[in-house]
Amino acid sequence: MASTNASVVFSGSKAVTSHEEEHPVKAFGWAARDNSGHLSPFNFSRRSTGEEDVRLKVLYCGICHTDLHNSKNEWGSASYPLVPGHEVVGTVTEVGSKVKKFKVGDKVGVGCLVGACHSCDDCSHDLENYCPKLILTYGSLYHDGTMTYGGYSDTMVANERYVIRIPDNMPLDKGAPLLCAGITVYSPLKYYGLDEPGMHIGIVGLGGLGHIAVKFAKAFGCKVTVISTSPAKKKEAIEHLGADMFLVSRDEQQMQGAMGTMDGIIDTVSAIHPLLPLIGLLKSQGKLVMLGAPDRPLELPVFPLILGRKTVGGSLTGGLKETQEMIDFAAKHDIKSDIEVISMDYINTAMERLAKGDVRYRFVIDIGNTLAASNP
Amino acid sequence: MVKSPEEEHPQKAFGWAARDPSGTLSPFHFSRRENGDEDVTVKILYCGVCHSDLHSVKNEWGITRYPIVPGHEIVGIVIQLGNNVKKFKRGDRVGVGVLVGSCKTCETCQQDLENYCPSMIFTYNSTSQDGTRTYGGYSDIVVVDQRYVLRIPDNMPLDAGAPLLCAGITVYSPMKYYGMTEPGKHLGVAGLGGLGHVAVKLGKAFGLKVTVISTSPNKEDEAINKLGADCFLLSTNPEKVQAALGTMDYIIDTVSAIHSLGPLLAMLKLNGKLITVGLPDKPLELPIFPLVMGRKLIGGSDIGGIKETQEMLDFCAKHNITADIELIQMDYINTAMKRLSKSDVKYRFVIDVANSLSQ
Repeated sequence: MASTNASVVFSGSKAVTSHEEEHPVKAFGWAARDNSGHLSPFNFSRRSTGEEDVRLKVLYCGICHTDLHNSKNEWGSASYPLVPGHEVVGTVTEVGSKVKKFKVGDKVGVGCLVGACHSCDDCSHDLENYCPKLILTYGSLYHDGTMTYGGYSDTMVANERYVIRIPDNMPLDKGAPLLCAGITVYSPLKYYGLDEPGMHIGIVGLGGLGHIAVKFAKAFGCKVTVISTSPAKKKEAIEHLGADMFLVSRDEQQMQGAMGTMDGIIDTVSAIHPLLPLIGLLKSQGKLVMLGAPDRPLELPVFPLILGRKTVGGSLTGGLKETQEMIDFAAKHDIKSDIEVISMDYINTAMERLAKGDVRYRFVIDIGNTLAASNP
Repeated sequence: MVKSPEEEHPQKAFGWAARDPSGTLSPFHFSRRENGDEDVTVKILYCGVCHSDLHSVKNEWGITRYPIVPGHEIVGIVIQLGNNVKKFKRGDRVGVGVLVGSCKTCETCQQDLENYCPSMIFTYNSTSQDGTRTYGGYSDIVVVDQRYVLRIPDNMPLDAGAPLLCAGITVYSPMKYYGMTEPGKHLGVAGLGGLGHVAVKLGKAFGLKVTVISTSPNKEDEAINKLGADCFLLSTNPEKVQAALGTMDYIIDTVSAIHSLGPLLAMLKLNGKLITVGLPDKPLELPIFPLVMGRKLIGGSDIGGIKETQEMLDFCAKHNITADIELIQMDYINTAMKRLSKSDVKYRFVIDVANSLSQ
């Protein structure tokens, strides 16, 4: 269907339904249009509220490093225009006829996923995040063949299964990052058995993921050592986040002194870095869990793995059931993200700062108060 | 003044040793300590030839001190007992594996994990508590603390049982530790040599479906028809590899040659485990993406504690599992080592020490 609307969408040379007309409910957000990653206002639309859907007015959205990677198409899978955002919180404005868990006015969140097959082994074990047909909150094709758009927008609609209840005592802005960063560190701490009181856990990298990992590990009763390339982060790590120790990873003496002392290490760093020193920090039977995925293979020294019966594993966010469990645990232990709230139109500057790690420790967009004003 | 190997202990001993990184072995006179209160002296009947012996005689890991008498898959009979030894009697069929000592007091020792004790003493190429070097089983006798001596079950042949003392426990221990024993699950065994062939047999005994992953097409027939594997995957065949993606619950990687771990990781299902027991002399390439995307892990394992080694021997005896061996004379050892370096053995050489070790 041809249109003279400026936002007409072309598939090849054929005009197809524009983003604004694709679905019945108008929506507004900010999108990246090309691999410069520059974001700007974007008019589009969302599906109407289906029987199993929950519609929410978005109040806040956390900025995950993944948003930056995707906006710039660093992983080669981006589809433009791209509306990022998978740490979305807001209030329910409408529920479908079959929705049991939520009602209008509830404080809810949406994380990294909005769909899966629901019939495979992974889905039936509450591991939707590993389903081969999983649908991401943005940049994926939904069941109806249309692109999903994320939380840098005024409203969202999601299947009830993918909506998380935000506990009453959790502030929405500081709770938003838990929907990705929180579950990404909580899930492996549990799965790899690194959640027992008295264990010594190392956290590599003190950013969005790392700072929350410190808080969870402390809540589990573990001793926590932060391992970082930045000596400047030591004071905060110890005094503000509650870490017990801080190791500068480039300081060989410090690293040597800590060898064989840790039950587990959560590695949040996605830049290329050597695994040998980290494996050396582990006790016998220790576990190194990788959360960041460097874009090239790393070298695995096999001898230390064998001589100490150590493991290197990975983990990717978490299923919905576990995400709810995580946020309830966080609320109970007063764990929230440390954030810098920004207005929507600050987003490009925020992305530049994020690329340099210049944030303590997560940007959160105040969608509710600043998105509408950014609409030209 | 440092005493010579012949003079350092009171009991005369004879074996074969390598004297330099050429790895060539030749007759060697040395000595063993007096049998102490905790000790058992074993007259050695057979000794398996482990790939580690080859790595060691050639100093491929850079830690060899010459002269070196290899051999840590030792079986024989008890000929002398210390005053405190109650578990064994003269004439008992016993074995000695990779360890002959540890601190006995640390946390790992107390958990029967002597193999992870920071002070563990290897059967050869280590330093004993008295400061002298340890010499292995390519020799006529060995004196060992009773804690590190294994009982060979009655129905287990000594020659074919010898390799279990290293190869057997090296695959049995991680299979138990990493939970790779659920009947019906799918195990991949990468590499069909000394370790691999025992892993296939153990896998079948645990009720697993077993696929051998190998670069050698000529191993397929044996893998299926003799060892009992269910499938054989030629890892150089891209189509077969494609079909195997995401199909295995666990993989034991016994290969010590340098190889990328990417293809093996890709064969694992979600939450799959890749266990590496081969000892390459350089780091391997590990892509992190598949670990993260599939919550997979790669883990190592190093032989096993003594208690678990005994458990493994008893399990093997119960299930009629022994190694497939080629029995050789002592003076064939250098040829055997050459053949071993080309993987030309099905699947372990065992030295008929008692019948061929002559001075």
